[in-house]
Amino acid sequence: MKNSLRNLNPLRRGAGISTAVLGASALVLAGCGAPPAENTPSGSAAAGASDYLGCIVSDQGGFDDRSFNQSSHEGLMKAKQDLGIKTKEAESKAETDFVPNLDSMIQAGCDLTLTVGFLLGDATKDAAKKNPDSHFAIVDYSDPEFTDNVKPIVYDTAQAAFLAGYLAAGTSKTGKVATYGGAEIPTVTIFMDGFADGVKYYNEKHNKKVELLGWDKDAQNGTFVGNFEDQGKGKTNTQNFINEGADVIMPVAGPVGLGTLDAVTEANTGGKKDVKVVWVDSDGFETAGKAEEYILTSVMKLMGQAVEDVVKTDLAGKFDSTPYVGTLENGGVALAPFHDQAKNVPAELKSDLDTIKADIISGKIKVESAASPK
Amino acid sequence: MSIHRPDDGRSAGSEARIEAKAEEQRLEAAVETDDGRMAPPAVPPSAQSGQLYPEEAGTQPLLHRIMASETMVAVLAVLLSLIVGGLLVALTNEQVAAASSYFFARPGDLLGAAWTAASEAYAALFQGAVFNFEGQTFARMIYPLTQTLTVATPLICAGLGVTLAFRAGLFNIGAQGQIIIGAMLAAWVGFTWQLPVGLHLLLVILAGLAGGALWGSLVGLLKARTGAHEVIVTIMLNYIAIYLVGFLLTTPGFQRPGSSNPISPQLGGTALYPPLFGDTFRLHWGFVVAVLATVFAWWLLNRSTIGFELRAVGANPMAARTAGIGVTKSYVVVMVIAGALAGLAGVAQVAGTERVLTAGVAASFGFDAITVALLGRSTPWGTFIAALLFGAFRAGGVTMQTNTGTSIDIVLVVQSLIVLFIAAPPLVRALFHLPEPGAVSPAKTGKSKSPAATGGAA
Repeated sequence: MKNSLRNLNPLRRGAGISTAVLGASALVLAGCGAPPAENTPSGSAAAGASDYLGCIVSDQGGFDDRSFNQSSHEGLMKAKQDLGIKTKEAESKAETDFVPNLDSMIQAGCDLTLTVGFLLGDATKDAAKKNPDSHFAIVDYSDPEFTDNVKPIVYDTAQAAFLAGYLAAGTSKTGKVATYGGAEIPTVTIFMDGFADGVKYYNEKHNKKVELLGWDKDAQNGTFVGNFEDQGKGKTNTQNFINEGADVIMPVAGPVGLGTLDAVTEANTGGKKDVKVVWVDSDGFETAGKAEEYILTSVMKLMGQAVEDVVKTDLAGKFDSTPYVGTLENGGVALAPFHDQAKNVPAELKSDLDTIKADIISGKIKVESAASPK
Repeated sequence: MSIHRPDDGRSAGSEARIEAKAEEQRLEAAVETDDGRMAPPAVPPSAQSGQLYPEEAGTQPLLHRIMASETMVAVLAVLLSLIVGGLLVALTNEQVAAASSYFFARPGDLLGAAWTAASEAYAALFQGAVFNFEGQTFARMIYPLTQTLTVATPLICAGLGVTLAFRAGLFNIGAQGQIIIGAMLAAWVGFTWQLPVGLHLLLVILAGLAGGALWGSLVGLLKARTGAHEVIVTIMLNYIAIYLVGFLLTTPGFQRPGSSNPISPQLGGTALYPPLFGDTFRLHWGFVVAVLATVFAWWLLNRSTIGFELRAVGANPMAARTAGIGVTKSYVVVMVIAGALAGLAGVAQVAGTERVLTAGVAASFGFDAITVALLGRSTPWGTFIAALLFGAFRAGGVTMQTNTGTSIDIVLVVQSLIVLFIAAPPLVRALFHLPEPGAVSPAKTGKSKSPAATGGAA
């Protein structure tokens, strides 16, 4: 090893030196800024709120999961910006980190600790029981055994997915639409249930036979990747659906959906096919980062807003443990704008969607899913 | 090939002796692999412990022996990783980035900010792993240490399983699957049966041992009967275990009643390890079980006939067979024991800390166990200490993350760097100018000579 380090040939060594010179000059250029004045007094814009500490603990997905951890985290960051609170955050790398992370938040004296996902349900329940003076909020999970210092934040996503299903059936040219999930958990299947009902409602209303691939609502059985990581499998699933004739596909699988965008881009390139995608959680046109032109719409769960609201009410001293249920009515769930695809959505369909939305809000249309929050 | 007889070399002075040693090692390798016709063993004997040439130890000064030892390399690998990790903390820190923009106007700011970032992060790591000097009560002060021991418990058990398999020449990647199956059976016994205190926990532990042993024995049997490579078999069995538990958690037998999430009911109170120091701490009797398991593994390897056979098979299966040792039997036996130890890690999870079964019950312990076994130089007590170190990293990482905002990924980077440096002892030796093991002390010969590299890469 020593010898091999010494025997670098002169040419390579020269190259190394010139790289070093380049790097050094870059440093020189980068380091030429003027220093700030010393002892700048820190501004105290929001002095009243500054000792309020809002904390967040993620599940294994981490705060960059392009899904609920990320949206919840953004909500807290927005609260920090708008309300001037302090924040602390802990990412869990495994389920074994949940309890230690929560404990460390309690030790840090958090006023409100936000946890993300059903896996943190037990840990949050125990922590809340042991620390009745601290407030907790948990995203995507509700439990009747929660003490009254826990606020569950849940979503009736099926309502927005119903609209997406109706829209997908209405824009499909092949008469086949498809969906698949990441893992088979309620927060995923609720999208698929709503989507299935929307397709069914379209068929009843227009006497059509648009077929849904990938999910059977009655049997609660369908296509799943098995995780939220394997984009290759998402791509294969999508290719299979396209080969079977589906032309609107909704992946309910977080980042795995990027595989769907790849498959759709391949299928559509050169005008061979006209396949569209329904994104989930956030507006895919803005967040997916590729193939935006094929995104018909997105079924959005607006978690950031809910999180900010919970922080705001707690800051005002009005914390309550009534579950927050995101619906079409309160804007917690919604259908994203059509963006580039607006030209493919007929005016009649648009007005249908408005009517259905009003009917769901008024209760005229009931969207039911086994996974709906109770 | 020309053969120098080693004893000729030894009497003829140090240089010849080094040459002879290199030749000896080359021949050894040639015998092991049947002159290249056979695949070399997965874990080279030289990587398994630091005592391949114990006879040379006595001839060298103590300091030189320490400097040349494998333990020194392990310690320095940890140190080096911490230094690189500290640099990363400093580089990713916002204050450091801000100060770097006016480096030439006030260089002290950058260096100060970098030092503050790195030292604060490591102080928080220490505070979260060993002793919390800001604790309000005594219990709070020592809480981090108990937390380290708690996290280390499954790592110790699974690491021992990997260590034993290493010593028999098997690269056991399957600890993850063995933990999962062990945890699955243990949890099932824990939440389904209603039994009196004591008996219930005992059966939970036995179920965990049996589950792990079953999953390990599959590997041993396939390796022994069909010659299937254990690395492939264990990796595939990991997948089977993960998806099996994922599936079972959606069936009525395992799923929590009234929930549609893939999570099991909580284990009954009688099925849990009692806390070791009361309810304030998470440390449970599973840690004592892990210590006992370490003693058992040490006894098995160093004092029992089975252990002798395992080590013989690990050093050279051909020679072991010639000497009348049942190689296939040894493979099965070692994998059953390794699996059972990993199953014990699963018990520590479901009956100790988590108290439920989920698809992520094994966390990354199965893979960390491999690192721990390598860091522990494949000895039971070495593994024990390495597991404590990794437990400290994990426990301290939590505090580091919340108190200083340093990403938890830095801890994972440090852990991975340790593996990297452990796997390349010559790199560490070159960086710190350490002598090679077996090399003659420079003080004795008056000049330093770099001998042929040993096959110490693990």
